[in-house]
Amino acid sequence: MLWGVVMPKMSPGSRFLQQLRQVEVPFNPEVVAGLKAGELVSLNGVIYTGRDQTHRRLCALLDEGKELPVDLRGQLLYYVGPTPPPPGRVIGAAGPTTSYRMDPYTPRLLELGLTASMGKGPRSAEVRQAMLAHRAVYLATIGGAGALLANCICKSELVAFADAGAEAMFRFEVEGFPAVVINDLAGNDFYRLTACSAAG
Amino acid sequence: MMRVFSGEEVTAAVRRLAISAACDLEPDILEALLQARDRESSELSRNVLELLLENADIASRERLPVCQDTGIAVVFVELGREARVDGDLSVAIEEGVRRGYRDGYLRSSVCDPLTRINTNDNTPAVIHLEPVAGDGLTLRLLPKGCGSENMSALTMLPPSAGKSGIISYVVEQVVAAGSNPCPPVVVGVGVGGSFEKSAYLAKKSLCRPLGQPHARPDAAELEAEILAGINEKGAGVHGLGGNNTALAVHLELFPSHIASLPVAVNIQCHAHRHKEISL
Repeated sequence: MLWGVVMPKMSPGSRFLQQLRQVEVPFNPEVVAGLKAGELVSLNGVIYTGRDQTHRRLCALLDEGKELPVDLRGQLLYYVGPTPPPPGRVIGAAGPTTSYRMDPYTPRLLELGLTASMGKGPRSAEVRQAMLAHRAVYLATIGGAGALLANCICKSELVAFADAGAEAMFRFEVEGFPAVVINDLAGNDFYRLTACSAAG
Repeated sequence: MMRVFSGEEVTAAVRRLAISAACDLEPDILEALLQARDRESSELSRNVLELLLENADIASRERLPVCQDTGIAVVFVELGREARVDGDLSVAIEEGVRRGYRDGYLRSSVCDPLTRINTNDNTPAVIHLEPVAGDGLTLRLLPKGCGSENMSALTMLPPSAGKSGIISYVVEQVVAAGSNPCPPVVVGVGVGGSFEKSAYLAKKSLCRPLGQPHARPDAAELEAEILAGINEKGAGVHGLGGNNTALAVHLELFPSHIASLPVAVNIQCHAHRHKEISL
């Protein structure tokens, strides 16, 4: 064992995860309204992924007046670029990337009806405003917990932009995927409540 | 007599380091995370620290990377003056990175800075070569993730700013970085030298065993003051609140010009991956 302690079968971490409120994704409108900044929840269902390249390309498609590969209405977009799946695995490590890099693109996706995004780190004032205007929330999951989060993903399918490699768009089926609500519909920002207000 | 290392030896060593660095956290960072959990004041943050420890365990057992950002490979090479590498050292290291990232199913995260086209094998690596005494060869690999790397900063302070200027600049950078670099972080600080030397020192300081204070008492004191300054701000684990924003501050010094006080800050995430081997 790594640090000289044998991990019990049900570790304190997994016990803690099992106690979380289970929430279905994509969120229905009542669920979104019930999410409170600071609450740690467990996501179950379908989410889509995208990071820098996927965002750049989605917005390029919009610029050209073309249709997006996925109808984003009501969906949750997870900012992740996983490692390649080793043989026999659904996915490699799959923790969140830093969200502010998606800020320039996010308001356009919210206009299309995207209901939630998930990454790590605070969002810009423009994104926070657009989230309130379009009744969307922002969640953070656990940065640097790529192996643990990989085990919460039961299925992964390529959706678009295959040539972007890890930056392609995937559809994940998740089970017991932990996330903290950062921005809720009431306009609360959990990072601000904890004195951590980087990047405005 | 010159000791000769083969290029293949170097390649094989770098390949092993790359895979192991991605999947197996070193005992120093695991110990620091355990201690952080035990002194954590926020319940949410304590639970997240618990999950980070569990993640390290899963990664090591299931041979998955601790974090999907398996980084740009930064390699510090110390080559003895009485040793040489048969063939091209850089080529041997690059080949080790290429094989390690391929065979370990690590993410190719390196691209052209303008076109953003991925090189698809995580090369080139960033290689720093330092000649040292003896006939050995030491390779230190730091796969550097960019959530934390992007929060780095450098300033040229006026010498009048002194120690208090250094402390407030570093604390300000870490606080401004907030939850982006995945706290609890390790903070590398380079003080002195020239513009680029301070940045190099900040990065190199991350190779030091975690939390080992600087040998010079005044530098060690500065490290402790910066650490306390960061942690009293209460951003906490992942910006979720609490008293563990930073696990350690490592500071390295180098004499500077009489007119200058360069200060560089290089932030490292809690997935503090570093591996070394002496051949």
